[in-house]
Amino acid sequence: MSYFDFFISSIPALLRGTVITLEMSAISLLIGLLVGVPLAFARVYGGKVFRTISLVYSEILRDTPVLVQLFVVYYGLPEFGIVFSPLVAGCLTLGLNSAAYQIEYFRGAILSVGNGQMMAARALGMSQTKAILVIILPQVLRLVIPTWSNEAISMIKNTSVCYLIAVPELMTQAKILIARYYNTIETYSTVAIYYLVIIGVMTIIFSLIERKLRIPTMTIESAKK
Amino acid sequence: MSREILRLENIHKCYGSTEVLKGIDLSVHESEVVVLLGPSGTGKSTLLRCINMLTVPDKGHVWVNGKDLTDPKININHAREHMGMVFQEFNLFAHLSAIDNVAVGLVKVQGMKKSAALERAKFELEKVGLSDKADLYPGQLSGGQKQRVAIARALAMSPDVMLFDEPTSALDPELIGEVLEVMQKLAQDGMTMVCVTHEMHFAKKVANRAIFMEGGVIVEEGSPAEFFDQPKTDRARQFLGKFDSQFE
Repeated sequence: MSYFDFFISSIPALLRGTVITLEMSAISLLIGLLVGVPLAFARVYGGKVFRTISLVYSEILRDTPVLVQLFVVYYGLPEFGIVFSPLVAGCLTLGLNSAAYQIEYFRGAILSVGNGQMMAARALGMSQTKAILVIILPQVLRLVIPTWSNEAISMIKNTSVCYLIAVPELMTQAKILIARYYNTIETYSTVAIYYLVIIGVMTIIFSLIERKLRIPTMTIESAKK
Repeated sequence: MSREILRLENIHKCYGSTEVLKGIDLSVHESEVVVLLGPSGTGKSTLLRCINMLTVPDKGHVWVNGKDLTDPKININHAREHMGMVFQEFNLFAHLSAIDNVAVGLVKVQGMKKSAALERAKFELEKVGLSDKADLYPGQLSGGQKQRVAIARALAMSPDVMLFDEPTSALDPELIGEVLEVMQKLAQDGMTMVCVTHEMHFAKKVANRAIFMEGGVIVEEGSPAEFFDQPKTDRARQFLGKFDSQFE
């Protein structure tokens, strides 16, 4: 069987894997966003209790390997009667792990907007929550795109650890193909190409979004001023 | 005498072990223009921020329009709607165009319809001479233009009193004039104003009352004519001496 024939015949399986990989990444990034953004604001604008919660969360999840976290969730929690399917365990672990990094990315963006605009918003009569939603967050979302896109790229690659709990994502599909065709190098190279294409397309999309949302002369530097 | 807009009573504020304000009393009446003068680091800006509670005083009371803002039950956001503040560093909202900077408070705080708010914002920008810059973002404006947008943003809320915190200190010298001109016009139109400033010429010409602060207390207080031409205290004389060049 030539490489070309293999490539063609591997397409259905690898596309299935790609879809799962993309789904997992999207769900995990969303979980990370929903948990990470509030905790980032809690870190900057919250009281002592919220700041500490945010800090401890981010340290614990960033300072332990994601694989350990995954195994705790998938193999450890069932001992307490909490059982997740591989897909749910994977998304939950990757999402909560990603949240810890997203806290740091968003915190940086929030700090670079600076406190002056917050004061101006409060002086206009906005509550702190309203000022965050109307004034700070729209700027933070723009400023965070370049660093956040790194997180999205890492996420695509990190989903491959879920092969270890048998989520049928790209790496798992690769393993299955190798078991069938015994062509390790061809399969892994092909899978690498899939990852490369996915992430290449994503990078282009992010830079388009960044350009589309850009506000003249609003950069991290000018936000500091 | 006209209506009292603002009254501060025995305001104290500490930062750590440093007492920045040591018991300040101040009363401002409608259409009065009060300038707060004094060396840097004597609590002028802190006092100004106590008026709208951006800085919460440790002790004392702040009355605005008869309402005690230091009362814990008061809705401070609602109270701040009626006080405009202009900052040294402009603090324009970087993601909004000039006109949206002016309109955002009307829409998000006062609940005005977007179209009506934009109409009003246009009017306010016209008043500060910037109707042609409405669609530019803060980053595209000069310092003087930014500060005029900031003034328009505060005025759009129809404030009872305007608080200016060194509004020209971050500006290049050639841009100071356009901002002072807007402020002077505002004073002539009867706006109640409290200004922290180092522009002695402006203070002398526009203010009804000059307040000289040092070390967290009011050292001297009087009409600009008295204060600038015959200061009563040595400290005020020394301070004014440093600004002689501004008057030449």
